[in-house]
Parts: sequence; structure tokens; C-alpha cells
Amino acid sequence: MTKASPPPATSSERDLRLDLFRGLALWLIFLDHIPQNIVNWFTIRNYGFSDATEIFIFISGYTGAFVYGRTMRERGFLLSSARILRRAWQIYVAHIFLFTIFMAEIAYVAATFDNPLYAEEMKILDFLKQPDVTIFQALLLKFKPVNMDVLPLYIVLLLLFPPMLYVLLRRPNLALAGSALLYALVWKLDFNLPAYPNGVWFFNPFAWQLLFVFGAWCALGGAERLAEVLRSRIVLAVAIAYLIFAFAITLTWHFESLERFVPAWLSDWMYPIDKTNLDVLRFAHFLALAAVAIYFLPSDWPGLKSPILRPAIVCGQHSLEIFCLGVFLAFAGQFIIAESSGGPLLQAAISLLGILLMIATAKLISWYKAIEGRSTPTRVKQRDADLAGGEA
Amino acid sequence: MTLIVPVLTMIALLIGAAAAEPTPATPDCDVAESLLSSEIDLARVTNEIKDRHRLDISVVGSGSSTLPGPDGARFAYPARLEAVLRERLPGNEIKVTAHVQLRQTTAEMASGMQAMLAEDKPALVIWQAGTVDALRGIELDDFRASLETGIEAVGAGSADAIVMNMQYSPRTESMLGVEAYADVMHWAAQQRGVVLFDRLAIMRSWSDSGTFDLYAATKDYAMARRVHECIGRALASQIINAAHLDAGKMQTTR
Repeated sequence: MTKASPPPATSSERDLRLDLFRGLALWLIFLDHIPQNIVNWFTIRNYGFSDATEIFIFISGYTGAFVYGRTMRERGFLLSSARILRRAWQIYVAHIFLFTIFMAEIAYVAATFDNPLYAEEMKILDFLKQPDVTIFQALLLKFKPVNMDVLPLYIVLLLLFPPMLYVLLRRPNLALAGSALLYALVWKLDFNLPAYPNGVWFFNPFAWQLLFVFGAWCALGGAERLAEVLRSRIVLAVAIAYLIFAFAITLTWHFESLERFVPAWLSDWMYPIDKTNLDVLRFAHFLALAAVAIYFLPSDWPGLKSPILRPAIVCGQHSLEIFCLGVFLAFAGQFIIAESSGGPLLQAAISLLGILLMIATAKLISWYKAIEGRSTPTRVKQRDADLAGGEA
Repeated sequence: MTLIVPVLTMIALLIGAAAAEPTPATPDCDVAESLLSSEIDLARVTNEIKDRHRLDISVVGSGSSTLPGPDGARFAYPARLEAVLRERLPGNEIKVTAHVQLRQTTAEMASGMQAMLAEDKPALVIWQAGTVDALRGIELDDFRASLETGIEAVGAGSADAIVMNMQYSPRTESMLGVEAYADVMHWAAQQRGVVLFDRLAIMRSWSDSGTFDLYAATKDYAMARRVHECIGRALASQIINAAHLDAGKMQTTR
């Protein structure tokens, strides 16, 4: 991903671009999770194939390799694996916490909402009648409410990460090839983890691992190998052309009258654009976005230190906490919108307030970590390792 | 202060331009033209009306194609559609037969399509689908395949098809993810060249404009019936548009 950043193994100089884009991705995920939010129109999924999830997973792979790769090199496979698994456990606990909030919302709606128009839709509340099964399936990560698919994906990616990282540190290209092979096999053989009550995981971890491993590969020296390619104007031109193409296609989704301009052979080939299995078009769209971002935003770009971008960067530096907060705020926001019967002004206000709360919380966490680090000098080293390039 | 006058004038002009469109007779559930226009023709419907002065429509759907209660079907959109079409296409014999079964998945409806076609011999099939599949978490690939099977069966029975997506249900939106299924329906309809009745977008526009408060908790049937009445009207408009039956008043809601 980086063009000018020094090799990560030898430097702890953090690439603020990662934090910036992850912070922005967290905001976008929050906005996208409030259904029918008027502010949704500004999020990137309306302008191309990929969305904030791609950015989040790629950067998580990048920072994961950055942080745990160093641990694995310096302290060995066992300790680094233990740390990765501890992280997976933290995310699991966070996910279950969010699930509890979700259950509370559902239970409230079940108790208060009634409308003969929605007799069919209300069947979704039926699972409250058998909480034994539902909660158990949720603990197994098989039952996942709407918009609560990203953290389970992240957990599985981390569980698979220790052996992957082991190979990445020794034979990075082999590891990346293996990851691409697994991705290809998913498309060939169509396998995924089962979900409850039916179907499969919304984000197939066996497909999405490609983005995570690619991020890790970039962090462990791949970015330097790509630097030459990314400086090329031809690559830039191709990337921009692809982004324009994707934008034109997404326009036809919003304005039906434009659909006739998409030739039948193209839509036959293109649709459906599969989010579950990380469609190649989505992956390519993310690559194009990244290529353009890197070209115009070098890691030593002075703007990264400007106070204007600081809020997004701080959010990106505490991604797990801010992600969970974002999901919670999206729930709360939906709830308020529903209770007061909506309105674009309210949606905009809630979106803005949510982002402000995310920033305030991220600043609070930064402040607390700094204080804690200062008062307990023995923990300083650990803290630095955690913060290098952001949290994993 | 100096800016206010030109800005207000602009707004007034914009509102005026919008109001200059033909006003429907029932302004309480107006639908934007773009939601009812179609690139696809209902050729069979056109011919039936022209040649035989009749139109047989079959509605296949699940719970949201009816209303609860013993007289629910009487106030639900299939019955309302029949009434509105009779009113708007005088001199033609209109018959709407509803095949509504609660909790039916798209796969189940698709497998029953052939038998239904053989029995009803409709010129037009309105197929409401998607909600039960979202409820049960049916895989999107399977959902798409079932849709295509059903649409093909309708085509093989030489009937026109309109695919209808889900209701807009803001109160259950965070629990029941219908968006991905709606996307599949959009693509499938486009690929197979059949008309999509975008109930989701239409009801959402009613919610946004304040026509209906779809967040409201109520045991009262009055609003549910009005919504179905309006869906019936909008559906009638889309049929008339796509079959070019009302050249003078094309694409109005009524």
C-alpha cells in the first residue's frame, strides 16, 4: 500500500494514511448501518462497486501483519499466536456485547410494535420465542443479525492468521498465492460457513481472506515491491478509468432510465456483483481506489499532520472500540428515527452526532492510554508495539 | 437579506414546475413517474385488451399480498387492483385471481407456477416475492435461481410477468435485511426482461413524503387498507403504462 514508507520491520514510524482511511471507513460503516439514512448518499458504496468493508478488512490485515509480524519475528510463533488469539477473543466478546444490545432492541419492538400491514415482516420476531436456540446459535456465530457480519468475519480471519503469518514472514509470495488459490477455489467449489436459520455467512471468510492476506503481504514488504508499479502513470490511468466505469454503472442502479445504456452482454457478464464472495469487480475496485489514493497521497504528505484530518486518524487508531461504538450508535440512531417517525433532518443530525461521539470517544481512549502509559513505565514497550501502525 | 428573494423565487419556480405535472385524482398516494415507468412492454396484455377486450391477471404471493383477518383479501391490493382496472379500462372484462399463501418461499412459488398457469391461463402474472426468503435467510444464489425458474415458467406459458418486491417496513428494517434480496430481484427482472414493480421504493417514497406513517404502531386496519388501496392503484398505473393502454394519460398515478 505504501510507496514511501520504510520497511516496517526496521521502523516503527506509523503510516498515518492507514489510520486516516480506516477512520473514514469506520464513519462510512456507521452511516451505512443506519438504513435509509439521507447521509448514506455520501458514502462510497453509491459511487462504485466496493465499500468501506473492503477498506476496513485490507487495513486490518495490513496493521495485523505490522504488529504481530514483528512479535513473531522477535518473540516467536507461540507468543505472537497467543496475542492474535487474544485479539480474536476480544472481538468475540465485543460481538456478543453488540448482540445483546440488538436482542434488547428486538425485544422492545416485539413488545411495542404492532401493525396489520406488517403481519408478514413481524415473523422475524419469532425467534424470540425460542431464545435457547437463538442465543446458542449466536454464540456459535451462526446467527448474525443484519449488519453484524463484519466482526465474525474478522474473528475467523484472525483465527486463520497465525499459520498464514508464519508463511508470510518466510515466503510472502507463496502465502499470497495460497490465499489467491483459496479464493479461486471458493468461486469454483462454492463453499462457505453455515449460518442459522438458513444459508451461509454474508461475508464468506474464505473469499474475504484474500483482501486481509493481501493487506498483510503489503505490510511485510509487498508495498515496496509494488511501489514501482504504483508510480506508473499507466497504472494510474487504468485505475481512474476503472473507477469512472464503476461510477457509471452505479449511476444506472439509481436512475433506472440509464439502464438501457448498459449493453446486455456486459450486464450478463457483470451481474450479480457478489458481495458475499468478494466479487472480482469489487476487489478490483478496491485496488483501483487504493492505487489512486497512494498516488496522490504519499505517506509524507504534510496534510496528514493537519488538525482537520486528526479526528478521522484518531478514530482509525482505535478501530475495534470505534467500530463497536459505531454499530451501537447505528442501533441507537435507528431507534430514535423510528420512535420519532424519521425525517431527513433528524437523520442528518443523528449521523453528525454519531460521528462526533465516535471522535470524542477515540480521543478519550487516546488520552487514557497516554496517561496509563506514562504512569506505568513497564507497560510502555507493550503500548508502543500495540500502537505501531494502529491496532490490529 | 438580498439573497433571500432570488432564492425564494427559485424555490417557488421549482415547486411550480413540479406542480405543473398532471395532477392525479387521488393526491393522497401520489407516486413519482420514474417509479412507474418501464422500459419493458407488456405486449400480451396490450393484445388481450385490443383483441379480446379482456384481461386475466394472476397474483402469486405470500403474506404481504393480503391482509390478516377473514375479510383481509377483500381489502388487499389484488382485489383493489381489479376494481381500479375495471374503472380505468371500461368495456373490458377484468379478472384478478390471487394465489396467496403465507410463508411461501420463492422456490415454492416457482415450483407451483406451471400448474397455476395451466389452470388460470392468465395474460399477466404478478409475482410478489422476497419477504419470506429474507425471513428465512435463503441463500441469494438460490433465491435468484428460483426467481429465474419462475419467470421462465411464466414466459413459457406465454404470459407477461411483473415481479413485485418487498414492502418498505422501517420498523423491522434493522432486523430483516431485505436490501440484498431486492437487489437480486432488480437484476433478475432486468436480465429476464420483465417489469419490476418496486413496491419497496414506492412505499419508501410514501414514508419520506409523509403520505403514510409506516413507523406507526397500531392495531387498526384503516391504514393498512389504505396502503393496499394505493398499491393497487400504483400497480394499475404501471400495467396501463407498460401495456400502453392509456396513451393520453400515460404515467400518471391514476
